[in-house]
Amino acid sequence: MKFRQFIILALRNILRNRMRSLLTMLGIIIGLASVISLIALGKGSQADIEEKISTLGTNLIMVKPGSTQTHGVRGGAGTRSCLTMEDVTAISRLARKVLHVSPLIRVSGQVIAGNANWNTSIEGVDITYPMIRNYEIAQGAFFTPRDMKVKAKVAVLGQTVVDELFPGLNPVGTRIRIGAIPFDVIGVLAEKGQSAMGNDQDDLIFVPSTTALYRMGDGETVHDIMASAVSKSAIDQAQDEIAAILRSTHGLGADDEDDFEIRNQTEIVSTATQVTTTLTLLLSAVAGVSLLVGGIGVMNIMLVSVTERTREIGILIAIGARSSDILVQFLIEAVILSLSGGVIGILAGVGIALGLGAAMDTQVIFEPFTMLLSVGFTAIVGIFFGYYPAKKASMLNAIDAMRYE
Amino acid sequence: MKIIQLKDITKIFHLGGETVRALDGITLDVPQKDFLAIIGTSGSGKSTLMNILGCLDTPDQGEYLLEGVPVNQLNKNALADIRNQRIGFVFQGFNLLSRTTALENVLLPLMYRRDHRIAHPREKAEKALEMVGLKERMHHEPNQLSGGQQQRVAIARALVTDPAIILADEPTGNLDSRTTEEILALFQQLNDDGITIVLVTHEMNVAEHTKHVVEMRDGRIINNYQVSLRRFAQQKQTVPIPGNPQSPL
Ligand SMILES: Nc1ncnc2c1ncn2[C@@H]1O[C@H](COP(=O)(O)OP(=O)(O)OP(=O)(O)O)[C@@H](O)[C@H]1O
Ligand SMILES: [Mg+2]
Repeated sequence: MKFRQFIILALRNILRNRMRSLLTMLGIIIGLASVISLIALGKGSQADIEEKISTLGTNLIMVKPGSTQTHGVRGGAGTRSCLTMEDVTAISRLARKVLHVSPLIRVSGQVIAGNANWNTSIEGVDITYPMIRNYEIAQGAFFTPRDMKVKAKVAVLGQTVVDELFPGLNPVGTRIRIGAIPFDVIGVLAEKGQSAMGNDQDDLIFVPSTTALYRMGDGETVHDIMASAVSKSAIDQAQDEIAAILRSTHGLGADDEDDFEIRNQTEIVSTATQVTTTLTLLLSAVAGVSLLVGGIGVMNIMLVSVTERTREIGILIAIGARSSDILVQFLIEAVILSLSGGVIGILAGVGIALGLGAAMDTQVIFEPFTMLLSVGFTAIVGIFFGYYPAKKASMLNAIDAMRYE
Repeated sequence: MKIIQLKDITKIFHLGGETVRALDGITLDVPQKDFLAIIGTSGSGKSTLMNILGCLDTPDQGEYLLEGVPVNQLNKNALADIRNQRIGFVFQGFNLLSRTTALENVLLPLMYRRDHRIAHPREKAEKALEMVGLKERMHHEPNQLSGGQQQRVAIARALVTDPAIILADEPTGNLDSRTTEEILALFQQLNDDGITIVLVTHEMNVAEHTKHVVEMRDGRIINNYQVSLRRFAQQKQTVPIPGNPQSPL
């Protein structure tokens, strides 16, 4: 009951100086509001990035040619392609944790349809590639094994290419030319949108890898190998299997370094999220500083309050309040001050985040735990910075304090 | 049984290079149910003595037994509890909390009570205000009350804890004669009910309402006698409450 009355008295004292209390809380309010809103936006955009990255593919593993080593002199990454169809075949036959594997052969060329033309990337891939990269067919069909075998001159177009060459038309069944070679359009990909890195995933043409390799390429250079692991948890194992297979097909000795690079989707995600982690760290620092400043504000106003109420404190001590009663009374006031600042700050932060999120069209993710934690922290700030003024009040001498004007 | 026993109490203040012997060897016994007036010229040490009696201050020398307990040996918390439970102090100048209603002022000592929980503190506070004739004014703040009314709120605050002793430092100091009469009637009634009262006054007229007078000068007791021709103040029921519109007068 005493505690409840202390709280009522503290609230009354705070409300008595409404403006002053609000200004005191302002430091904490601004600090918490900015931190809560920025974290919510940061987490939201991180989720956005992760979602975009997942459009890359399911359990995706990418193999790129690495730097080669000739007589100890190392070239840069991708100095010379060392990936071949043999590697692809070996992986598909031997790697047990790999679900699908496909070569990727990049060919460039001007694409001509009627009197329209467009420059896009032409990628020679296997029939499994749509499964690896989550591409879907909107119209027509993808290649058949027979197309692969006969190095058929067939093409599947991305939506951007369709928009450029066949605005408003269904291109399936028509004929285009890539460079000098005529191709039959057999399918159109469903739209996929931008990748996490911002490139258009619909501005491309797929042709059979065999066609790309033997009719358009040099017959041996495979630019990338794309594979998917059987499950998310198997990604690392699949990666190890691929590495082992490639080391053996490339005839690398135990002391030789890999002449290829393997990356997986989670690595790409973590690169992207590293930025947000740094941001979060920075925000925590901002939060710390603003809470410190807010805490000093609370301490300052509590000191003023103790001085103003010296006579009152003297009376309370004279009628039998113990030092600990006075200490608790003033601590409660300090904690209520900073705690209300914290709660207002969080509400403001939620409002700001929702507003900015809507304006910038990003997700907003609130973490109740973080919020609770910061509210708890403002209470600690109140106790920490309220202690000195409260202690000062509790040490007053009743007779001197009652004489104070 | 002596409720207050003072043995050779000395209190010295140091002001700059000067030393003031505010109390210079006070020895005094106050029996239970006594009604004592301390009189003396300004600066004779009356308030200093009251502060020591009220456990607000400690003497530099001498021994003070309150209800047989040596106060010198008690710690701060024990002294706070004695102030809260055994003593009702009516201060020189009313010392009410401003912007706090009469009722809340009277409730304050109960808030700090530790020995046992008061079941209905609000009712108790209202009863104390009723005793001093201020029930109708209990929701008024000090600045809405007259001097006499404020003094009575201060008395109600001293009463509310059922103390053994009431210490009143010039309770009628700046009150007119009729209000003084009311306050004295109240004190006489409380004393009849068994509370020991010590009050400080300048006025002989006030001292004549008590049972026992101690006269001080320069920190010493120069006179200590029983009042032979005691005066009795009019009962407060017949005294109109100043400013009360329902008053018959
Ligand atoms: N805190 C203090 N510091 C220094 N001197 C003090 C202090 N308190 C009291 N004195 C001195 O002690 C002496 C007694 O003071 P006290 O207040 O007890 O007088 P009093 O009898 O109550 O006077 P009054 O009738 O004017 O209230 C005075 O000379 C005063 O100056
Ligand atoms: Mg005095």
